[in-house]
Amino acid sequence: MTSETSSNAADTDIGTDTDVIVDAGTRGVGADVARPDGVPKVQGRFAFSSDLWAIDFLWGHTLRSPHASALIRGIDIGPAVAMAGVHAVLLADDVPGSLTYGLEHGDQPALADEQVRYVGEPVALVAADHPDVARRAAEAIVVDYEVSEPLTDPEAAPAAAPIHPNGNVFRELVIRHGDLDVAGEVVVEGVYEVGMQDQAFMGPESGMALPDEDGSVELFVSTQWLHVDREQISGCLGIDEEKVRLTLAGVGGAFGAREDLSLQVHLCLLALHTGKPVKMVYSRDESFLGHVHRHPAKMWYRHHADRSGHLVKVEARIVLDGGAYASSSSAVIANACCFAAGPYKVPAAHITGMAARTNNPPCGAMRGFGAVQTCFAHESQMDKLAAALNMDPVELRLLNAIGPGDRLVTGQVITGTFPTAEVIRQCAYAPEAEIPLSDDRRDLPGGSGRTTDAADTVRGTGFAVGFKNLMFSEGYDDYSSAACRVSDGVATITCACAEVGQGFVTLAQQIARTELGVDEVVLAPAQTATIGSAGSSSASRQTWMSGGAVQAACREVRAQILADMAAEWGVSPDGLVLRDGLVVSLDGQQEALLAQVTGGAGYEADVEYHHAPTETLDENGQGNAHVSFACAAHRATVDVDPDLGLVRVRDITTAQDVGRILNPTQAVGQIEGGIAQGLGLALMEEIVLDDGLVRNASFTDYVIPTTLDMPDVTIAAFVEEPEPGAPYGAKGIGEPPTISSSAAIAAAVRAATGQPLPRIPIRPADIALG
Amino acid sequence: MPDPYSLRVNGVDREVADSDLGESLLFVLRERLELTGTKNACTEGECSSCAVLVDGVLTCSCLVLSATAAGQEITTVEGLGDGRDGLSVVQEAFVNEGAVQCGFCTPGLIVAVHDLLEANADPSDGDVREALSGNLCRCTGYGRILAAVYNAAEAKRGQL
Repeated sequence: MTSETSSNAADTDIGTDTDVIVDAGTRGVGADVARPDGVPKVQGRFAFSSDLWAIDFLWGHTLRSPHASALIRGIDIGPAVAMAGVHAVLLADDVPGSLTYGLEHGDQPALADEQVRYVGEPVALVAADHPDVARRAAEAIVVDYEVSEPLTDPEAAPAAAPIHPNGNVFRELVIRHGDLDVAGEVVVEGVYEVGMQDQAFMGPESGMALPDEDGSVELFVSTQWLHVDREQISGCLGIDEEKVRLTLAGVGGAFGAREDLSLQVHLCLLALHTGKPVKMVYSRDESFLGHVHRHPAKMWYRHHADRSGHLVKVEARIVLDGGAYASSSSAVIANACCFAAGPYKVPAAHITGMAARTNNPPCGAMRGFGAVQTCFAHESQMDKLAAALNMDPVELRLLNAIGPGDRLVTGQVITGTFPTAEVIRQCAYAPEAEIPLSDDRRDLPGGSGRTTDAADTVRGTGFAVGFKNLMFSEGYDDYSSAACRVSDGVATITCACAEVGQGFVTLAQQIARTELGVDEVVLAPAQTATIGSAGSSSASRQTWMSGGAVQAACREVRAQILADMAAEWGVSPDGLVLRDGLVVSLDGQQEALLAQVTGGAGYEADVEYHHAPTETLDENGQGNAHVSFACAAHRATVDVDPDLGLVRVRDITTAQDVGRILNPTQAVGQIEGGIAQGLGLALMEEIVLDDGLVRNASFTDYVIPTTLDMPDVTIAAFVEEPEPGAPYGAKGIGEPPTISSSAAIAAAVRAATGQPLPRIPIRPADIALG
Repeated sequence: MPDPYSLRVNGVDREVADSDLGESLLFVLRERLELTGTKNACTEGECSSCAVLVDGVLTCSCLVLSATAAGQEITTVEGLGDGRDGLSVVQEAFVNEGAVQCGFCTPGLIVAVHDLLEANADPSDGDVREALSGNLCRCTGYGRILAAVYNAAEAKRGQL
């Protein structure tokens, strides 16, 4: 029995059940279930995309541009082709379909043609029988570049000569909201900057492509969105989408960096050209060049308030450096603008944003997606405003906190849950941990470098709150698809959702158990050939969207089973439930084993799940552009050595608007991990550019937090107000921990040092020489 | 190509043939001996995802030329399971405490925690943080990993 349905949270009751009873003993929704891939991962048996092997496979390697801006006058591949063990050397002319691809605008060449626009842009591909041979062959290719002055200043981009046929501006946006002529009795201004952060996932870009005799290709790859990869790959290969079959290989983290293509087209080109399986694994330095980064931002802010502290107007101008190609820049700048005023009631706002094209590395998605940058600015402004008003900064935030029924600066009225004030209170008023000044060097700024004495440190505490949208916005229908099959009492779930570490595989099993009363839930591989798109594992959306699809598919199957059993027993299906592997009637009169009922052909349903539709923004940046929102607050305590500019974060306390927790341990993991990335952005992580050249493409020079940098995280509260329309009322929880943690840490360093520190990451020199 | 040589990995002698002398122990384990549990996150000695034990010494296998490890006892993550269901107490604690997300850093951490708990059965918070400070993880923020280490240490002490 099969059925296909399309469900929409907006017009059916599917996915609106927020009152499900959670029984931790059932291993269903709400229970602390361990991830199903945990055992193979701790044993080293889990196959990541770099662990693939095939008979007689070749290694691919990419030659990249050493210049940020240059014309290609000629390429001599002769020396590479002549090397023993080399099977193919490919250039832009060898791309059979569209030369360019892109998530939103197809402006990025699969291989550079005539011109390179950033350091690291792919120019040529090599396939050889050993990775070192492939690398040496790529180095032997002679490219004749005519180097030109790169455009590296995004503010100069609009007026500069175009560096791409599509021009130097990806998107300009203006939000005009309320009476723009009003002025506040108290006005504070600031200019803020955020550096370029890297996602720095652990598992490098990698995969394997296997050619088929019929001209089709099979690709095993780590990605965030199989179907959008397929669309772009087939375009470049010039073959039908059906001839490109993707399977998700084990993903070693993503955080946005795998939303754009990296080596997907290259692998397929080499495999189809050589007729052999081809594997590629980026080195760490190549990984830094091979994916998009978080947009660096410069932000000019002016906040107006009345003397009682009520916000009157927020003015802001936001410039993002999008780098050489569009990626998702147009959506990132929209987010930056939409959430620029923070989770506050702001009656009037004038916000302009621009994402510019430069010869810097392309920027795109990273956890927080535009909201991180503006959160640093709006929270810095709120502290500045509190100081100007001589008010407590937390009281100021509470006074202005937004909630259900209030309007965002885009004019959208919040219709779901949005407990900003409660989140602020839970975090800010949580008891402060007693953290004695320690003589243990490991607890001091600078760590065991033995540079700081406890007596030289000063302590500060800072607070910040931030928010963002869940799911894609501005009219985009980012649906998800899932299939459920129950046969012999075992449920099999098929969904193309990319498991990138977030724990969707755990939730999918929990949801199936809760809906079907089964214990054994098999997860089929995530592939393009077997199921429709799940959308991207980004925007804190998969628990809601793919969770919603799995829930709807399971409920469809449940309804089929109950209808059949109701007919057989001559009772109403309303009186029947599935639980503990049984079909039972609530009156206790009937009972059957689910394994028996679903023997033979079994039951099956295939579902597409859509969120409520959204609108585009109008010429004033007004419109119901977003589906739902989530917020979090962070309180940071730091010790600083002001003379050396060194900082040690001693405590982070947080509260988060989560809707409903579906797996407590996984929720904690998302929150702690997201905070670590926020700590990195606040204090240590930045891709350093010099005329477009990345100066620190290694884990030696691009430093991410270690066990000695991350303090214990205190989760003061999961604020659980179930979200109407969300499966089980659960909101996505991945991004909020990263949004305001950086701002809270920066505020703490300011409190400790008294310095303005308008830029993150805060470098030692910013403190010591500031 | 150099002469074939033999590596003793997880108690088994393994022939390494057709290997370029420039190949690292990490590469040979992964690409020639099919032991892909040892991971390749940075291949420059900064992240410890490639951690193995060489004659009992915690080592970044990416920094060791494979041929120089001949004659030494190499232990990889695949050789560490010993307890119930083939999991060591450390592995079991990592699964149960939510210390695994994407899992790419996990094998290196498992090896490093085994090494730590062999040397120090009851490590302090500072001891654990210092011992694992060379193991980069980008998903977890380390909280659940530290919880797993304390849990494993306690379980291990209970076994004595």
